[in-house]
Amino acid sequence: MSKPVNNLEKIRKSLNRRNRAEKRFRWYGLVAVLIGLAAVAVLFTDIISKGHGAFRITYMQLEVNYDQDLIGINNLTDPEQLMLGDWQAIPKVALRNQFPEVSGRKDKRNLYKLVSNGAGFDLKDRLLANPLLLGTSETIWVLTDDDIDTYYKSWLDGEPYAARLSDKQVTWIHELHDEGKIRLQFNSNLFTRGDSREPEQAGIRGAVMGSLLTLILTLLLSFPIGVSAAIYLEEFAPKNGWTDFIEVNINNLAAVPSIIFGLLGLAIFINFFHIPRSVPIVGGLVLTLMTLPTIIITSRAAIKSVPPSIREAALGMGASKYQMVLHHVLPLALPGMLTGAIIGMAQALGESAPLLMIGMVAFIVDIPGGFSDPATVLPVQIFLWADSPERAFIEKTSAAIMVLLSFLIIMNTSAVWLRKRLERRW
Amino acid sequence: MQATNILFLILGLGCFAFYLGRGRSLAIAKPLGGIRHLHSLPSYYGFHAAIWCALPSLILLSLWLVFDDLLINSMVMDALPDIDAPTDAASYNLLLNKIANIADGILPRTAENSALIAAADQMINLRVISRWSLTALILTLSLVGLTWAWSRTAQLFRARPVVERVAENLLLACACLAIFTTIGIVFSVMFESIQFFRSVPFFDFVFGLDWSPQTAIREDQVGSSGSFGAVPLFVGTLLISAVAMIVAVPVGLMSAIFLAEYANKTVRSYVKPALEVLAGIPTVVYGFFAALTVAPFLRDLGASFGLSVSSESALAAGGVMGVMIIPFISSLADDVITAVPQSMRDGSLAMGATKSETVRRVIIPAALPGIVGGIMLAVSRAIGETMIVVMAAGMAARLTANPLESVTTVTVQIVTLLTGDQEFDSPKTLAAFALGLMLFSVTLLLNIFALHIVKKYREQYE
Repeated sequence: MSKPVNNLEKIRKSLNRRNRAEKRFRWYGLVAVLIGLAAVAVLFTDIISKGHGAFRITYMQLEVNYDQDLIGINNLTDPEQLMLGDWQAIPKVALRNQFPEVSGRKDKRNLYKLVSNGAGFDLKDRLLANPLLLGTSETIWVLTDDDIDTYYKSWLDGEPYAARLSDKQVTWIHELHDEGKIRLQFNSNLFTRGDSREPEQAGIRGAVMGSLLTLILTLLLSFPIGVSAAIYLEEFAPKNGWTDFIEVNINNLAAVPSIIFGLLGLAIFINFFHIPRSVPIVGGLVLTLMTLPTIIITSRAAIKSVPPSIREAALGMGASKYQMVLHHVLPLALPGMLTGAIIGMAQALGESAPLLMIGMVAFIVDIPGGFSDPATVLPVQIFLWADSPERAFIEKTSAAIMVLLSFLIIMNTSAVWLRKRLERRW
Repeated sequence: MQATNILFLILGLGCFAFYLGRGRSLAIAKPLGGIRHLHSLPSYYGFHAAIWCALPSLILLSLWLVFDDLLINSMVMDALPDIDAPTDAASYNLLLNKIANIADGILPRTAENSALIAAADQMINLRVISRWSLTALILTLSLVGLTWAWSRTAQLFRARPVVERVAENLLLACACLAIFTTIGIVFSVMFESIQFFRSVPFFDFVFGLDWSPQTAIREDQVGSSGSFGAVPLFVGTLLISAVAMIVAVPVGLMSAIFLAEYANKTVRSYVKPALEVLAGIPTVVYGFFAALTVAPFLRDLGASFGLSVSSESALAAGGVMGVMIIPFISSLADDVITAVPQSMRDGSLAMGATKSETVRRVIIPAALPGIVGGIMLAVSRAIGETMIVVMAAGMAARLTANPLESVTTVTVQIVTLLTGDQEFDSPKTLAAFALGLMLFSVTLLLNIFALHIVKKYREQYE
């Protein structure tokens, strides 16, 4: 008769240990979740802390003189003169006037490095927009070089980074600062210009346009094709080996590494069909093939969620199968399909590996205007900038990432919103 | 005429045909006393006409666009005088490009290449002829189709079944695109790989221990004969994937268990989407994060312990990749855990087991096939992941199992071999396709196996 008592005691004794194990297990779970959340937080704070500076850029005030002899032109309508004009001389002279004490070739060269080497061309554009300025002078804010920009921002933040500047240049910057002739402005170049080797002149406009063109093509191709495939598989396909084979294919394609689609694009579209490299057409085609499985799978789920009673009612009223699908099932499944399409597009927007294969990594300054202009896309631009040695590009890269992430956040929240708003519970 | 214009022409004709066909059916119906006397609704007669008008033309257009360049090119090249005729494939393409560039006005028309200018003029001529004959053909074809459809439109003509059959075939074609994509992938990597294995034996590639794909520019160059032993790449890929899995599996699995079994509804509704944010972040962002934040951090951390950590260490790339995979594993595991029937939980709890004992002894064993399948899918994803490793892992192929050193992966090598200018017959470029073939076969096997397991598991509890 003593055995049950013993067991009870055993259980009572082990209870503490078991409860501790329970608590520990719960903690492990909590810690895992916290690690995940911490990763999100660290990632976002890191990107934002690196990139927020890029939205402002350093300008300096100069008294520029649009001297005809200095530039070497007398007629603003003559393209040859415009091309041959020494535009960079305008900021150089202005800098010499600002710092008259500077002499010696080396010092002068350092002085000229204060302004961006695109400053002359900015002044040219300004002059072309206001031809009356020729021969006059004005006080204007001019873009500085990226090293100056990096130093000035880091100095304002309290940890000056002067690795690439000479002592004299630093003194000049402080002189300008004391006179109030150097300041941070909104960096509109970032949003209005294409890529450049000079960080201060580089912008994401070209990449954003490239992404837009590529995505338009992807959406135009993959949405209709994906929805048609989903309709066929859900509503019309007979249950046979062929249909199973299609299904297996779709499921596998959804898990094939994206770089393989790049190889496909390179071998088929570029080497076989001879479509030029780096154009949004090829990018769009490759991304279409890549996003199709996602769109088909989500569209099928949307069609599946339409209750059979709707179909039976339509058929019962004498509709043909096509009328049933087109007039009843499709409109009811459309919100789900749209959500799937947005998610697919978000995936395509963030994708870069296959585009590297088809030559969308080229250095392209011009902003693409059509589907057959060479272009790059935003994620690839990020990849290119991340590889650049200039320190100022780190900031730019993070800013481009912030733009990309905000696009993605907008797309994904609209997908969630759309689902919540239009979803029907049967 | 531009191809896009021809496309719009066809679509316009199709719309026109729709209204014509519909109008004709209405006209037929009117004296009979309304459309209820027709076999099909008037719009079906419209679609019938539109299909006959546009579909053959569209097929012709696409075939023409695929083949006309090839035909024109070969005609131009055949017409070249013998002295200029190219001997091998490379110079053939070069010459063809030159001619095309002269024809497009990109290259100047200078005196010394008069033969090429003649060829370019011929090319321009042929292109014009091709476009105009295409336009003429398509117009005739559309009008013939339209007339045929018009003549068939009658009171008892069964338009609806015809239209629906065509529509069904179009839908089927869309669904088959997935198969064509797979075939395309297999063929494109196979074809180039076979060419590669002609110059580099298969076993040297799969079992070779030395990877240095530089090929000699000069015959007598030292150390650049190019050796294509892929083992270091496979080892590097596995090393980085293993690091990723060591991060992702415990964290993903435990957070799935916590969210499914412990967390209340509000916590779940906030934490789950927050974790899924990780899945939506583009890989290039992770690559940037790994290369510029995690790798320097690990290097400095290692230095403070007296360890030398490479600034392109497998640990940084793999760790960040693991973070990327966390939501993938946690959402898959969450699916299979919630699919375990409640009765099993209740049974275990009723026997006096604690919650954690229920999870470990009942739920996990029951969900194991699904979890294993999910982990395999995650492994296949880690193997195929490109941007993180391209940005954060090394380029040099090193045979090591030390995660603090820099290793390279299959995907990194594919990207380095294929970006930039390339000729298509060098083993260096072809090696990328051979690597692609390896990558595709391994991930395909993993996927098929994993999907099979997951599907079987689902059936078990449904």
